[in-house]
Amino acid sequence: MKPKENIVVIGGGIAGLEAAGQLLKLGYNPIVIEKQDHLGGHVAEWNRLFPDMTPASEVVKRLIDQSSEANIFLNTEILFINRLKDRYNVMLSNGISIIARILLFTTGFRLFDASKKEEYGYGVYDQVITNRDLEHWFNNGNDKRIDASGMKAVGFVHCVGSRDEKARNPQCSKVCCITAIKQAIEVKQKFPEAMVYCFYMDLRMFGKKYEDFYISAQRDYGIRFIRGRVSEVSENIDGKVIVKAEDTLAGKPVKVTLDLLVLMSGIVCNPDSAKITGMIELPLDTDGFLKSRDNVADITASPKEGVFYAGSCTGPKTVPETLAEARSAALEIHSYLKEK
Amino acid sequence: MDFGFGIAPSSAVNLDSVDLEKFERLHTAEPDVYKCMACGSCSATCIAGRFSGMSVRKVLHCLQRGKEKEAVSMVKGCMLCGKCSMVCPRGINTRHVILSICRIYGEETK
Ligand SMILES: Cc1cc2nc3c(=O)[nH]c(=O)nc-3n(C[C@H](O)[C@H](O)[C@H](O)COP(=O)(O)OP(=O)(O)OC[C@H]3O[C@@H](n4cnc5c(N)ncnc54)[C@H](O)[C@@H]3O)c2cc1C
Ligand code: SF4
Ligand code: SF4
Ligand code: SF4
Repeated sequence: MKPKENIVVIGGGIAGLEAAGQLLKLGYNPIVIEKQDHLGGHVAEWNRLFPDMTPASEVVKRLIDQSSEANIFLNTEILFINRLKDRYNVMLSNGISIIARILLFTTGFRLFDASKKEEYGYGVYDQVITNRDLEHWFNNGNDKRIDASGMKAVGFVHCVGSRDEKARNPQCSKVCCITAIKQAIEVKQKFPEAMVYCFYMDLRMFGKKYEDFYISAQRDYGIRFIRGRVSEVSENIDGKVIVKAEDTLAGKPVKVTLDLLVLMSGIVCNPDSAKITGMIELPLDTDGFLKSRDNVADITASPKEGVFYAGSCTGPKTVPETLAEARSAALEIHSYLKEK
Repeated sequence: MDFGFGIAPSSAVNLDSVDLEKFERLHTAEPDVYKCMACGSCSATCIAGRFSGMSVRKVLHCLQRGKEKEAVSMVKGCMLCGKCSMVCPRGINTRHVILSICRIYGEETK
Protein backbone atom coordinates (compact mmCIF):
# COMPACT_ATOMS: atom_id res chain seq x y z
CA MET A 1 0.00 0.00 0.00
CA LYS A 2 1.21 3.48 -0.78
CA PRO A 3 2.12 5.42 2.38
CA LYS A 4 -0.16 8.30 3.19
CA GLU A 5 0.99 11.70 2.04
CA ASN A 6 2.48 13.93 4.78
CA ILE A 7 0.93 17.32 5.32
CA VAL A 8 2.71 19.68 7.69
CA VAL A 9 0.26 21.74 9.76
CA ILE A 10 2.04 24.58 11.55
CA GLY A 11 0.07 25.55 14.66
CA GLY A 12 -2.22 23.42 16.83
CA GLY A 13 -4.95 25.97 17.47
CA ILE A 14 -8.52 25.34 16.38
CA ALA A 15 -7.63 25.99 12.72
CA GLY A 16 -4.82 23.42 12.78
CA LEU A 17 -6.91 20.84 14.63
CA GLU A 18 -9.95 21.18 12.41
CA ALA A 19 -7.80 20.96 9.27
CA ALA A 20 -5.96 17.93 10.65
CA GLY A 21 -9.27 16.19 11.37
CA GLN A 22 -10.53 16.82 7.84
CA LEU A 23 -7.24 15.80 6.22
CA LEU A 24 -7.35 12.51 8.14
CA LYS A 25 -10.81 11.84 6.74
CA LEU A 26 -9.53 12.60 3.25
CA GLY A 27 -6.80 9.97 3.68
CA TYR A 28 -3.72 12.07 4.42
CA ASN A 29 -1.17 12.03 7.19
CA PRO A 30 -1.32 15.44 8.88
CA ILE A 31 1.60 16.30 11.16
CA VAL A 32 0.69 19.08 13.59
CA ILE A 33 3.50 21.19 15.01
CA GLU A 34 2.60 23.19 18.10
CA LYS A 35 5.11 25.30 19.95
CA GLN A 36 3.15 25.40 23.23
CA ASP A 37 2.61 22.49 25.61
CA HIS A 38 -1.10 22.20 24.79
CA LEU A 39 -3.46 22.24 21.82
CA GLY A 40 -6.33 24.61 21.11
CA GLY A 41 -4.39 27.89 20.84
CA HIS A 42 -6.22 30.94 22.12
CA VAL A 43 -9.60 29.24 22.35
CA ALA A 44 -8.13 26.93 25.02
CA GLU A 45 -7.72 30.08 27.15
CA TRP A 46 -11.28 31.32 26.75
CA ASN A 47 -14.25 30.43 28.94
CA ARG A 48 -17.51 30.73 27.00
CA LEU A 49 -17.91 31.65 23.36
CA PHE A 50 -20.26 34.14 21.73
CA PRO A 51 -22.86 33.98 20.32
CA ASP A 52 -24.34 30.99 22.23
CA MET A 53 -22.08 30.92 25.29
CA THR A 54 -20.77 27.51 24.31
CA PRO A 55 -18.05 26.35 26.72
CA ALA A 56 -14.74 26.85 24.89
CA SER A 57 -13.36 23.68 26.45
CA GLU A 58 -16.04 21.61 24.72
CA VAL A 59 -15.13 23.02 21.33
CA VAL A 60 -11.44 22.33 21.90
CA LYS A 61 -12.07 18.83 23.25
CA ARG A 62 -14.16 17.88 20.23
CA LEU A 63 -11.45 19.12 17.87
CA ILE A 64 -8.72 17.25 19.76
CA ASP A 65 -10.75 14.05 19.70
CA GLN A 66 -11.41 14.23 16.00
CA SER A 67 -7.74 14.77 15.17
CA SER A 68 -6.33 12.26 17.65
CA GLU A 69 -5.03 10.00 14.87
CA ALA A 70 -2.78 12.75 13.57
CA ASN A 71 0.89 13.00 14.44
CA ILE A 72 1.12 15.81 16.94
CA PHE A 73 4.32 17.39 18.22
CA LEU A 74 3.91 19.65 21.23
CA ASN A 75 6.59 22.02 22.52
CA THR A 76 8.06 21.95 19.05
CA GLU A 77 9.20 24.74 16.80
CA ILE A 78 10.38 24.97 13.25
CA LEU A 79 14.11 25.54 12.93
CA PHE A 80 14.15 25.98 9.20
CA ILE A 81 12.31 25.15 6.00
CA ASN A 82 13.94 24.82 2.64
CA ARG A 83 12.60 24.08 -0.78
CA LEU A 84 13.70 20.95 -2.56
CA LYS A 85 12.50 20.48 -6.15
CA ASP A 86 8.76 20.16 -5.60
CA ARG A 87 8.84 19.55 -1.89
CA TYR A 88 9.66 21.24 1.39
CA ASN A 89 12.13 19.99 3.94
CA VAL A 90 10.99 21.01 7.42
CA MET A 91 13.48 20.75 10.29
CA LEU A 92 11.93 20.65 13.77
CA SER A 93 13.43 21.62 17.11
CA ASN A 94 13.03 18.01 18.33
CA GLY A 95 15.52 16.79 15.74
CA ILE A 96 12.95 15.34 13.35
CA SER A 97 12.83 16.45 9.76
CA ILE A 98 9.84 16.03 7.47
CA ILE A 99 9.61 16.04 3.71
CA ALA A 100 6.23 17.21 2.40
CA ARG A 101 4.63 18.69 -0.68
CA ILE A 102 2.14 20.66 1.39
CA LEU A 103 2.56 23.15 4.25
CA LEU A 104 -0.54 24.49 5.97
CA PHE A 105 -0.03 27.60 8.10
CA THR A 106 -2.42 27.80 11.03
CA THR A 107 -0.18 29.99 13.17
CA GLY A 108 -2.96 32.27 14.37
CA PHE A 109 -2.62 35.69 15.92
CA ARG A 110 -1.03 37.42 18.86
CA LEU A 111 -2.90 39.54 21.36
CA PHE A 112 -1.63 43.13 21.40
CA ASP A 113 0.59 43.78 24.42
CA ALA A 114 -1.56 46.22 26.40
CA SER A 115 1.36 47.53 28.45
CA LYS A 116 2.54 49.31 25.30
CA LYS A 117 -0.38 51.73 25.69
CA GLU A 118 1.20 53.33 28.74
CA GLU A 119 -1.64 55.79 29.29
CA TYR A 120 -3.94 52.86 30.20
CA GLY A 121 -1.71 51.69 33.05
CA TYR A 122 -1.69 47.96 32.36
CA GLY A 123 1.00 46.40 34.52
CA VAL A 124 1.13 49.60 36.58
CA TYR A 125 -2.28 49.76 38.27
CA ASP A 126 -3.69 46.60 39.82
CA GLN A 127 -7.22 47.38 38.75
CA VAL A 128 -6.38 47.26 35.05
CA ILE A 129 -6.62 43.88 33.31
CA THR A 130 -7.13 42.65 29.74
CA ASN A 131 -9.84 40.68 27.94
CA ARG A 132 -7.53 37.64 28.17
CA ASP A 133 -7.03 38.07 31.95
CA LEU A 134 -10.79 38.23 32.41
CA GLU A 135 -11.33 34.98 30.47
CA HIS A 136 -8.66 33.35 32.66
CA TRP A 137 -10.47 34.59 35.74
CA PHE A 138 -13.80 33.22 34.46
CA ASN A 139 -12.01 29.88 34.05
CA ASN A 140 -10.10 29.58 37.28
CA GLY A 141 -11.43 32.34 39.53
CA ASN A 142 -8.05 33.38 40.67
CA ASP A 143 -6.62 36.78 39.96
CA LYS A 144 -5.38 38.93 42.83
CA ARG A 145 -6.29 42.07 40.93
CA ILE A 146 -10.00 41.25 40.97
CA ASP A 147 -11.51 41.96 44.35
CA ALA A 148 -14.97 40.43 44.11
CA SER A 149 -16.17 41.90 47.41
CA GLY A 150 -16.62 45.55 46.54
CA MET A 151 -17.28 45.60 42.82
CA LYS A 152 -19.28 48.79 42.21
CA ALA A 153 -18.14 49.96 38.80
CA VAL A 154 -16.40 48.23 35.92
CA GLY A 155 -15.28 49.69 32.60
CA PHE A 156 -14.36 48.17 29.24
CA VAL A 157 -12.06 50.00 26.84
CA HIS A 158 -12.55 49.10 23.20
CA CYS A 159 -9.86 49.28 20.50
CA VAL A 160 -6.75 48.86 22.65
CA GLY A 161 -3.91 48.53 20.19
CA SER A 162 -6.37 48.49 17.29
CA ARG A 163 -7.42 51.35 15.02
CA ASP A 164 -4.44 53.16 16.40
CA GLU A 165 -1.60 54.46 14.30
CA LYS A 166 0.30 55.32 17.46
CA ALA A 167 0.29 51.61 18.32
CA ARG A 168 1.28 50.90 14.70
CA ASN A 169 -1.94 49.02 14.04
CA PRO A 170 -4.58 50.91 12.10
CA GLN A 171 -6.71 47.76 11.66
CA CYS A 172 -9.91 46.87 13.45
CA SER A 173 -9.54 43.58 15.33
CA LYS A 174 -13.14 42.70 14.58
CA VAL A 175 -13.90 40.34 17.47
CA CYS A 176 -13.29 42.65 20.43
CA CYS A 177 -16.53 44.68 20.23
CA ILE A 178 -18.62 41.56 20.59
CA THR A 179 -16.18 40.14 23.16
CA ALA A 180 -16.52 43.34 25.21
CA ILE A 181 -20.29 43.06 25.18
CA LYS A 182 -20.17 39.37 26.06
CA GLN A 183 -17.77 40.06 28.93
CA ALA A 184 -19.72 43.11 30.11
CA ILE A 185 -22.83 40.93 30.40
CA GLU A 186 -20.90 38.22 32.22
CA VAL A 187 -19.46 40.76 34.67
CA LYS A 188 -22.92 42.18 35.28
CA GLN A 189 -24.23 38.66 35.92
CA LYS A 190 -21.52 38.13 38.52
CA PHE A 191 -21.88 41.59 40.07
CA PRO A 192 -25.50 42.68 39.59
CA GLU A 193 -24.96 45.76 41.77
CA ALA A 194 -22.09 47.08 39.66
CA MET A 195 -22.36 49.77 37.00
CA VAL A 196 -20.77 48.54 33.80
CA TYR A 197 -19.51 50.93 31.11
CA CYS A 198 -18.22 50.33 27.60
CA PHE A 199 -16.07 53.06 26.05
CA TYR A 200 -16.33 52.59 22.30
CA MET A 201 -15.92 54.55 19.07
CA ASP A 202 -17.98 52.35 16.79
CA LEU A 203 -19.73 49.13 17.70
CA ARG A 204 -19.05 46.45 15.12
CA MET A 205 -21.78 43.88 15.53
CA PHE A 206 -21.25 42.10 12.25
CA GLY A 207 -22.02 38.51 13.13
CA LYS A 208 -24.96 36.21 13.64
CA LYS A 209 -27.00 37.38 16.64
CA TYR A 210 -24.41 39.96 17.73
CA GLU A 211 -26.94 42.76 17.54
CA ASP A 212 -29.16 40.72 19.88
CA PHE A 213 -26.27 40.65 22.34
CA TYR A 214 -26.00 44.41 22.11
CA ILE A 215 -29.73 44.92 22.64
CA SER A 216 -29.69 42.55 25.59
CA ALA A 217 -26.68 44.35 27.09
CA GLN A 218 -28.66 47.58 26.93
CA ARG A 219 -32.13 46.39 27.85
CA ASP A 220 -31.57 43.43 30.18
CA TYR A 221 -28.30 44.41 31.82
CA GLY A 222 -28.31 48.20 31.72
CA ILE A 223 -24.78 48.44 30.40
CA ARG A 224 -23.82 52.05 29.71
CA PHE A 225 -22.30 52.77 26.34
CA ILE A 226 -20.14 55.86 26.16
CA ARG A 227 -18.94 56.97 22.77
CA GLY A 228 -15.40 58.18 23.20
CA ARG A 229 -11.90 56.85 23.27
CA VAL A 230 -10.39 56.65 26.74
CA SER A 231 -7.59 59.18 26.88
CA GLU A 232 -6.03 58.41 30.22
CA VAL A 233 -6.25 56.28 33.32
CA SER A 234 -4.97 57.22 36.76
CA GLU A 235 -5.23 55.89 40.29
CA ASN A 236 -6.76 57.63 43.30
CA ILE A 237 -5.85 57.28 46.96
CA ASP A 238 -8.57 54.69 47.57
CA GLY A 239 -6.93 52.37 45.08
CA LYS A 240 -9.54 52.88 42.38
CA VAL A 241 -8.86 53.93 38.83
CA ILE A 242 -10.15 57.11 37.25
CA VAL A 243 -10.88 57.00 33.56
CA LYS A 244 -11.10 60.09 31.39
CA ALA A 245 -12.53 60.46 27.93
CA GLU A 246 -14.69 62.75 25.86
CA ASP A 247 -18.32 61.77 25.72
CA THR A 248 -18.46 62.65 22.05
CA LEU A 249 -22.24 62.41 21.88
CA ALA A 250 -22.60 65.02 24.60
CA GLY A 251 -19.52 66.91 23.46
CA LYS A 252 -18.35 67.05 27.09
CA PRO A 253 -15.44 65.52 28.99
CA VAL A 254 -16.39 62.54 31.17
CA LYS A 255 -14.66 61.10 34.18
CA VAL A 256 -15.60 57.95 36.06
CA THR A 257 -14.15 56.08 39.04
CA LEU A 258 -13.90 52.32 38.63
CA ASP A 259 -12.99 49.23 40.63
CA LEU A 260 -11.91 47.33 37.55
CA LEU A 261 -10.94 48.33 34.04
CA VAL A 262 -10.79 45.75 31.25
CA LEU A 263 -8.73 46.56 28.14
CA MET A 264 -9.90 44.96 24.91
CA SER A 265 -6.48 44.08 23.50
CA GLY A 266 -6.53 43.73 19.77
CA ILE A 267 -5.46 41.03 17.37
CA VAL A 268 -2.15 41.43 15.60
CA CYS A 269 -0.17 39.10 13.37
CA ASN A 270 1.77 36.47 15.24
CA PRO A 271 5.43 37.52 14.90
CA ASP A 272 6.43 33.81 14.95
CA SER A 273 4.59 33.19 11.73
CA ALA A 274 6.39 36.12 10.14
CA LYS A 275 9.65 34.45 11.16
CA ILE A 276 8.75 31.21 9.38
CA THR A 277 7.31 32.90 6.34
CA GLY A 278 10.65 34.68 6.04
CA MET A 279 12.31 31.26 5.55
CA ILE A 280 10.38 30.59 2.35
CA GLU A 281 9.77 34.19 1.36
CA LEU A 282 6.03 34.32 1.83
CA PRO A 283 4.77 37.90 1.61
CA LEU A 284 2.92 39.79 4.33
CA ASP A 285 -0.18 41.77 3.42
CA THR A 286 -0.44 45.52 4.09
CA ASP A 287 -2.30 44.78 7.34
CA GLY A 288 0.67 42.80 8.64
CA PHE A 289 -0.98 39.38 8.34
CA LEU A 290 0.01 36.60 5.92
CA LYS A 291 -0.89 37.50 2.36
CA SER A 292 -3.33 35.26 0.56
CA ARG A 293 -3.21 34.69 -3.16
CA ASP A 294 -6.48 36.59 -3.41
CA ASN A 295 -8.43 38.19 -0.57
CA VAL A 296 -11.78 37.57 -2.23
CA ALA A 297 -11.60 34.32 -4.12
CA ASP A 298 -8.61 32.50 -2.68
CA ILE A 299 -8.04 33.36 0.96
CA THR A 300 -6.66 29.92 1.94
CA ALA A 301 -4.00 29.78 -0.78
CA SER A 302 -0.64 31.50 -0.50
CA PRO A 303 1.14 32.84 -3.56
CA LYS A 304 3.62 29.91 -3.23
CA GLU A 305 3.23 26.39 -4.60
CA GLY A 306 2.00 23.94 -1.99
CA VAL A 307 1.59 26.49 0.83
CA PHE A 308 -1.86 27.09 2.30
CA TYR A 309 -3.37 29.15 5.11
CA ALA A 310 -6.30 28.77 7.48
CA GLY A 311 -7.64 30.81 10.38
CA SER A 312 -6.47 33.99 12.00
CA CYS A 313 -2.97 33.96 10.50
CA THR A 314 -4.50 35.93 7.62
CA GLY A 315 -6.49 38.36 9.81
CA PRO A 316 -8.87 38.54 12.78
CA LYS A 317 -11.50 35.82 12.67
CA THR A 318 -14.19 34.28 14.84
CA VAL A 319 -14.26 30.61 15.77
CA PRO A 320 -16.88 29.59 13.17
CA GLU A 321 -15.04 31.53 10.47
CA THR A 322 -11.77 29.88 11.43
CA LEU A 323 -13.29 26.40 11.38
CA ALA A 324 -14.95 27.00 8.01
CA GLU A 325 -11.65 28.14 6.58
CA ALA A 326 -9.82 25.13 7.96
CA ARG A 327 -12.30 22.80 6.23
CA SER A 328 -12.04 24.76 3.05
CA ALA A 329 -8.22 24.65 3.17
CA ALA A 330 -8.30 20.86 3.65
CA LEU A 331 -10.51 20.48 0.61
CA GLU A 332 -8.36 22.84 -1.43
CA ILE A 333 -5.25 20.84 -0.51
CA HIS A 334 -7.05 17.68 -1.56
CA SER A 335 -7.98 19.13 -4.98
CA TYR A 336 -4.48 20.50 -5.43
CA LEU A 337 -2.92 17.07 -4.84
CA LYS A 338 -5.46 15.32 -7.07
CA GLU A 339 -4.53 17.61 -9.96
CA LYS A 340 -0.81 16.90 -9.56
CA MET B 1 -52.81 83.48 7.53
CA ASP B 2 -51.22 84.94 10.64
CA PHE B 3 -50.81 82.58 13.58
CA GLY B 4 -49.31 85.29 15.72
CA PHE B 5 -45.86 83.74 15.87
CA GLY B 6 -42.94 83.36 13.49
CA ILE B 7 -40.79 80.39 12.70
CA ALA B 8 -37.25 80.66 14.03
CA PRO B 9 -34.51 80.19 11.44
CA SER B 10 -33.91 76.46 11.13
CA SER B 11 -30.91 75.08 13.00
CA ALA B 12 -30.86 72.06 10.72
CA VAL B 13 -27.77 71.51 8.64
CA ASN B 14 -28.66 71.83 4.99
CA LEU B 15 -25.90 70.02 3.16
CA ASP B 16 -27.18 71.38 -0.16
CA SER B 17 -26.18 74.88 0.78
CA VAL B 18 -22.95 74.27 2.69
CA ASP B 19 -20.05 75.99 0.96
CA LEU B 20 -17.01 73.73 1.28
CA GLU B 21 -14.65 75.85 -0.80
CA LYS B 22 -12.43 76.67 2.17
CA PHE B 23 -12.57 73.18 3.53
CA GLU B 24 -11.29 71.95 0.19
CA ARG B 25 -8.39 74.37 0.53
CA LEU B 26 -7.77 73.06 4.02
CA HIS B 27 -7.93 69.52 2.70
CA THR B 28 -5.36 70.33 0.04
CA ALA B 29 -3.03 71.75 2.65
CA GLU B 30 -3.78 68.99 5.18
CA PRO B 31 -4.83 65.81 3.40
CA ASP B 32 -5.31 64.05 6.75
CA VAL B 33 -8.32 66.13 7.83
CA TYR B 34 -10.65 63.60 6.25
CA LYS B 35 -9.17 60.85 8.42
CA CYS B 36 -10.76 62.03 11.67
CA MET B 37 -12.98 59.31 13.17
CA ALA B 38 -14.43 61.56 15.85
CA CYS B 39 -13.00 59.50 18.70
CA GLY B 40 -12.61 62.48 21.01
CA SER B 41 -9.06 61.70 22.15
CA CYS B 42 -7.96 65.20 21.21
CA SER B 43 -10.71 66.92 23.19
CA ALA B 44 -10.29 64.61 26.17
CA THR B 45 -6.58 65.47 26.42
CA CYS B 46 -6.88 69.18 25.73
CA ILE B 47 -6.33 71.31 28.82
CA ALA B 48 -7.55 74.49 27.16
CA GLY B 49 -10.79 72.92 26.01
CA ARG B 50 -12.25 72.67 29.50
CA PHE B 51 -12.17 76.46 29.81
CA SER B 52 -12.36 77.74 26.28
CA GLY B 53 -14.52 75.08 24.63
CA MET B 54 -11.82 74.24 22.08
CA SER B 55 -12.12 70.78 20.58
CA VAL B 56 -10.34 69.66 17.44
CA ARG B 57 -13.00 67.03 16.88
CA LYS B 58 -15.78 69.63 17.01
CA VAL B 59 -13.85 72.11 14.88
CA LEU B 60 -13.34 69.56 12.09
CA HIS B 61 -16.97 68.57 12.30
CA CYS B 62 -18.32 72.14 12.27
CA LEU B 63 -16.17 73.11 9.31
CA GLN B 64 -17.58 70.24 7.27
CA ARG B 65 -21.13 71.23 8.17
CA GLY B 66 -20.71 74.85 7.22
CA LYS B 67 -20.57 76.16 10.79
CA GLU B 68 -17.44 78.17 10.19
CA LYS B 69 -18.06 80.91 12.74
CA GLU B 70 -18.51 78.40 15.53
CA ALA B 71 -15.33 76.60 14.51
CA VAL B 72 -13.24 79.74 14.23
CA SER B 73 -14.32 80.98 17.63
CA MET B 74 -13.36 77.63 19.15
CA VAL B 75 -9.94 77.70 17.53
CA LYS B 76 -9.27 81.01 19.30
CA GLY B 77 -9.22 79.05 22.55
CA CYS B 78 -6.29 76.90 21.46
CA MET B 79 -2.89 77.35 23.10
CA LEU B 80 -1.11 75.36 20.37
CA CYS B 81 0.43 73.10 22.98
CA GLY B 82 0.28 70.11 20.65
CA LYS B 83 -0.99 67.58 23.19
CA CYS B 84 -3.79 66.56 20.84
CA SER B 85 -1.26 65.68 18.12
CA MET B 86 0.42 63.28 20.51
CA VAL B 87 -2.73 61.24 21.08
CA CYS B 88 -4.61 61.22 17.78
CA PRO B 89 -5.00 57.51 16.89
CA ARG B 90 -5.41 58.37 13.24
CA GLY B 91 -2.04 60.07 13.28
CA ILE B 92 -3.38 63.48 12.25
CA ASN B 93 -0.97 66.34 12.97
CA THR B 94 -3.77 68.26 14.64
CA ARG B 95 -1.60 71.15 15.78
CA HIS B 96 -0.53 71.74 12.21
CA VAL B 97 -4.13 71.45 11.07
CA ILE B 98 -5.11 74.15 13.57
CA LEU B 99 -2.47 76.48 12.16
CA SER B 100 -3.75 75.88 8.64
CA ILE B 101 -7.31 76.54 9.79
CA CYS B 102 -6.18 79.87 11.24
CA ARG B 103 -4.51 80.76 7.96
CA ILE B 104 -7.36 79.71 5.65
CA TYR B 105 -10.39 80.72 7.71
CA GLY B 106 -8.79 83.54 9.67
CA GLU B 107 -8.62 85.88 6.69
CA GLU B 108 -12.09 87.39 6.91
CA THR B 109 -13.46 86.17 10.22
CA LYS B 110 -11.27 88.38 12.37
C1 LIG C 1 -10.42 37.85 24.05
C2 LIG C 1 -10.94 37.05 22.89
C3 LIG C 1 -12.12 36.32 23.01
C4 LIG C 1 -12.63 35.62 21.94
N1 LIG C 1 -13.84 34.99 22.08
C5 LIG C 1 -14.40 34.40 21.00
C6 LIG C 1 -15.73 33.84 21.08
O1 LIG C 1 -16.35 33.88 22.16
N2 LIG C 1 -16.28 33.31 19.94
C7 LIG C 1 -15.61 33.29 18.74
O2 LIG C 1 -16.17 32.85 17.74
N3 LIG C 1 -14.33 33.79 18.64
C8 LIG C 1 -13.72 34.33 19.74
N4 LIG C 1 -12.45 34.86 19.63
C9 LIG C 1 -11.67 34.62 18.39
C10 LIG C 1 -10.87 33.27 18.49
O3 LIG C 1 -9.95 33.37 19.55
C11 LIG C 1 -10.15 32.98 17.17
O4 LIG C 1 -11.12 32.80 16.16
C12 LIG C 1 -9.29 31.70 17.22
O5 LIG C 1 -8.39 31.74 18.28
C13 LIG C 1 -8.52 31.53 15.92
O6 LIG C 1 -7.88 30.27 15.93
P1 LIG C 1 -6.53 30.01 15.16
O7 LIG C 1 -6.28 28.54 15.25
O8 LIG C 1 -6.56 30.64 13.81
O9 LIG C 1 -5.38 30.81 15.97
P2 LIG C 1 -4.83 30.68 17.46
O10 LIG C 1 -5.89 30.44 18.43
O11 LIG C 1 -3.95 31.88 17.65
O12 LIG C 1 -3.89 29.36 17.41
C14 LIG C 1 -2.64 29.36 16.76
C15 LIG C 1 -1.80 28.22 17.31
O13 LIG C 1 -0.58 28.11 16.55
C16 LIG C 1 0.52 28.00 17.42
N5 LIG C 1 1.68 28.56 16.73
C17 LIG C 1 1.84 29.83 16.30
N6 LIG C 1 3.03 29.98 15.70
C18 LIG C 1 3.63 28.77 15.73
C19 LIG C 1 4.87 28.30 15.26
N7 LIG C 1 5.72 29.10 14.63
N8 LIG C 1 5.18 26.99 15.46
C20 LIG C 1 4.32 26.17 16.10
N9 LIG C 1 3.12 26.57 16.57
C21 LIG C 1 2.79 27.86 16.38
C22 LIG C 1 0.10 28.80 18.63
O14 LIG C 1 0.85 28.42 19.77
C23 LIG C 1 -1.38 28.45 18.75
O15 LIG C 1 -1.57 27.26 19.48
C24 LIG C 1 -11.93 35.59 20.70
C25 LIG C 1 -10.73 36.31 20.58
C26 LIG C 1 -10.24 37.06 21.64
C27 LIG C 1 -8.99 37.86 21.47
S1 SF4 D 1 -13.95 45.15 16.94
FE1 SF4 D 1 -14.61 46.98 18.06
S2 SF4 D 1 -13.18 47.07 19.82
FE2 SF4 D 1 -12.26 45.72 18.30
S3 SF4 D 1 -10.91 47.06 17.11
FE3 SF4 D 1 -12.88 46.91 16.00
S4 SF4 D 1 -14.07 48.66 16.71
FE4 SF4 D 1 -12.38 48.38 18.17
S1 SF4 E 1 -2.96 72.21 20.58
FE1 SF4 E 1 -4.83 73.37 21.09
S2 SF4 E 1 -6.50 71.88 20.77
FE2 SF4 E 1 -4.58 70.70 20.87
S3 SF4 E 1 -4.43 70.09 23.02
FE3 SF4 E 1 -3.26 72.02 22.80
S4 SF4 E 1 -4.74 73.61 23.30
FE4 SF4 E 1 -5.93 71.77 22.94
S1 SF4 F 1 -8.00 62.49 18.13
FE1 SF4 F 1 -7.78 62.58 15.89
S2 SF4 F 1 -9.30 61.10 15.11
FE2 SF4 F 1 -9.82 61.49 17.24
S3 SF4 F 1 -11.35 63.12 17.15
FE3 SF4 F 1 -9.37 64.12 17.42
S4 SF4 F 1 -8.62 64.58 15.35
FE4 SF4 F 1 -10.31 63.11 15.16
